[in-house]
Amino acid sequence: MRAALPVLTVLAAILLLWYLAVAPMNIRGALDLAERSGRAVTPETPLARQDVSVWRLMAQNPGQIAAAYELDRPRLPTPQQVGGELWKTTGEMALRGRAMSKRSLIYHAAVTLRSTLWGFVLGTALGILGAVAIVYSRVVDMSLMPWAIISQTIPIVALAPMIIVLSSQLGIEGRGVPKAIIAAYLCYFPVLVGMVKGLRAPAPSQLDLLQTYSASGLQVFLKLRLPSSVPYLFTSLKIGIAASLVGTIVGELPTGAISGLGARILIGDQFGTPLAIWAALLAAALMAGALVTLLDLLQRITLKRMGMQA
Amino acid sequence: MNETIIDAQGLDLTFQTNDGPVHALKDVSLTIGKGDFVSFIGPSGCGKTTFLRCIAGLETPTGGSLSVNGMTPDEARRKRAYGYVFQAAGLYPWRTIAKNVKLPLEIMGFSREEQERRADRVLELVDLKGFGAKYPWQLSGGMQQRASIARALAFDAGILLMDEPFGALDEIVRDHLNEQLLALWARTEKTIGFVTHSIPEAVYLSTRIVVMSPRPGRITDVIESPLPKERPLDIRDTPEFLDVAHRVREGLRAGHAYDG
Amino acid sequence: MMWLIFALAFWAGAWALNAALARSRWRDTRVVRIAVPVLFGVTLLVLWEGMVRGLGVSPVILPAPSVVAQTFAASTETLWEDFRQTVLKGALTGFAIGASAALLTSVAIDRSAFLTRGLLPIGNFVAALPIIGIAPILVSWFGFDWQSKAAVVVVMVFFPILVNTVQGLRETDAMQRDLMRTYAAGYWHTLLKLRLPAAMPFIFNGLKIATTLALIGAIVAEYFGSPTRGMGFRISTGVGSLSIDLVWAEIAVAALAGTAFYSLVALAERAVTFWHPSQRRR
Repeated sequence: MRAALPVLTVLAAILLLWYLAVAPMNIRGALDLAERSGRAVTPETPLARQDVSVWRLMAQNPGQIAAAYELDRPRLPTPQQVGGELWKTTGEMALRGRAMSKRSLIYHAAVTLRSTLWGFVLGTALGILGAVAIVYSRVVDMSLMPWAIISQTIPIVALAPMIIVLSSQLGIEGRGVPKAIIAAYLCYFPVLVGMVKGLRAPAPSQLDLLQTYSASGLQVFLKLRLPSSVPYLFTSLKIGIAASLVGTIVGELPTGAISGLGARILIGDQFGTPLAIWAALLAAALMAGALVTLLDLLQRITLKRMGMQA
Repeated sequence: MNETIIDAQGLDLTFQTNDGPVHALKDVSLTIGKGDFVSFIGPSGCGKTTFLRCIAGLETPTGGSLSVNGMTPDEARRKRAYGYVFQAAGLYPWRTIAKNVKLPLEIMGFSREEQERRADRVLELVDLKGFGAKYPWQLSGGMQQRASIARALAFDAGILLMDEPFGALDEIVRDHLNEQLLALWARTEKTIGFVTHSIPEAVYLSTRIVVMSPRPGRITDVIESPLPKERPLDIRDTPEFLDVAHRVREGLRAGHAYDG
Repeated sequence: MMWLIFALAFWAGAWALNAALARSRWRDTRVVRIAVPVLFGVTLLVLWEGMVRGLGVSPVILPAPSVVAQTFAASTETLWEDFRQTVLKGALTGFAIGASAALLTSVAIDRSAFLTRGLLPIGNFVAALPIIGIAPILVSWFGFDWQSKAAVVVVMVFFPILVNTVQGLRETDAMQRDLMRTYAAGYWHTLLKLRLPAAMPFIFNGLKIATTLALIGAIVAEYFGSPTRGMGFRISTGVGSLSIDLVWAEIAVAALAGTAFYSLVALAERAVTFWHPSQRRR
């Protein structure tokens, strides 16, 4: 809790900066609007305003600064506007019993969450299996490990549009499956690399000790390697879930998607409704935060039970 | 007695911790003269390191008076009155041995030629000539500690403060370094404050041995060594040496140092 | 059918060879260490080629590697143009700006323990967010050309580098700081001679993470609008117009660019932090 005050201070500073940035970002839009509704602004035409800096525009039209905070389609909305939009598309709709309507962000968040979780589970399972294979088979280690490491240096997310097209060519209905596949392979490599590190974490002396008991391979795995890998596993799980979410959202971007937070961002972009983009972004951020926090909590509890953390 | 270099009168230091206040130093009074080799010995928690850090201006006493070269410890620190050798060598791994020795010289603004000259001189002094271009991690622990002594000597301060400098080394290396340190002291005539928890080391090196005990940290005895300035290693088998060692042990016992 | 059998046979043969190599007494030599993964990669390509040809997979769904290689060779001009647009202009510019901004910010906030304690959790949190989603906003602010892609990259690389640098700057131990105090060294001396060098392994860790993020940001941001060039543009339009072979060629370029970029940073790391235990040659 020692961190609460500094964190809140920094957050407040960020919000303040955001607020201050709204005026210069939106002043041109506010002036255009005022001009169209017949009010006097200086300079008078958009063309003339183009060459004037936003700071001078604000100084010359102080009366319009307030309007910059209330635009319908702002370049930069205020935090309240984003919060309001998020509430309007989530809490308010839920109160009216339409939480799962296609216009509700709850519905879209659920779509994104489902693919993310499926991908996460699939990617984690394959990653752990791969790691066990690598630790126990020298040939798999030598063949696969270099590629797993190299794969972390390449932007594999570029494959996403391809997987979407491939799956629709193969006649798979909907976007759920391909999105989960994208999420799974983005999560696969971090988990694989982290688990290999974890399973190899026991010191030679610890392995030697079990040798003196002439423990079987399975016993060594269950009693030493697996418990030692748990801290590493959780670290990679947190990276993995964040990667899965990115994968799902990117999978929702290619044209044609209609549901999911990524699709909301895309549609907001195409229809020029910035508030919708910002609300979807905020929802995605909240979801990522919640998922990572949940895993963090799980990690603390597990490690505490295992006696690995005071 | 020769000119007073360090003068502590009724020094007190209390740390505030989560478990309440800790009385690290209580009523510590001591004067150290020019050219003395003073050892501080006692069990852990007796305040020997804390006292050394007070002299260095790294800790601020909560009571009493302390002067170094007639100044406050903080002024003395700013005037670079002493070189400090820590328990670990603490050499920067990204610098060569020579560059490590030059580190204080760079900070204190010595010219390049002067840096070069002094680094060569002190490396020769600690028997590390020819190792200047090596990196610390390419050297043994004993050599690293010698390099850190060279670093403390480089800017030629009159006082050398050493906090268990050989504590992490094995006995054989330690004997050798003790012998070298004495030779170095004889040649440079520096005033040395030396913290240790080894009785033979304290007796072998010092002109005066300060025995300390814990809870609260205080001085229980100050023993003047009758040993001559010339001390070969086998002086440790003489009755005089054993007699001093015995008195140190008695001092420790009187301070309940063995009750821990 | 022949293709299929050949591919499977090749696979079996290569795996047997790899298994033998991994058990052989040369298994720790450099040659074998490189040969085994290379052979594994080649096997995957042969398997892919064999499956596509043997099963008669339509090139619209999955082109054979040989077809991709032909397309690659035939369209080097397009690929180079896209590479310049996306990697050299978008990703590298953004990386340079974002990294410098993050380094300067770290040094600035590092002077205040309060700010550091506040910013570290937030930075860690932001690094886990799907930041890529801000791409459409930045594209609408900075236009379709590479400047908006660079802006996305700036935001994406900023926090990982910031968090790592701030952590690195705190990495010096008490004894080393005391040593600087015994020299009565000032803030700048301590920063330049002790804390920045000690932070280098952490800074490079952040930079390495950021190389991949930079490419992802530059490519994905192009899905939201770009001039008619760029790797992301080519991938999204290529998928739409079913020129999948060109898309695979772009992905190959992206992979090569990613590995090359990462290797460059890793080389620089090796040169700067040669003294760190993880970098010392055994």
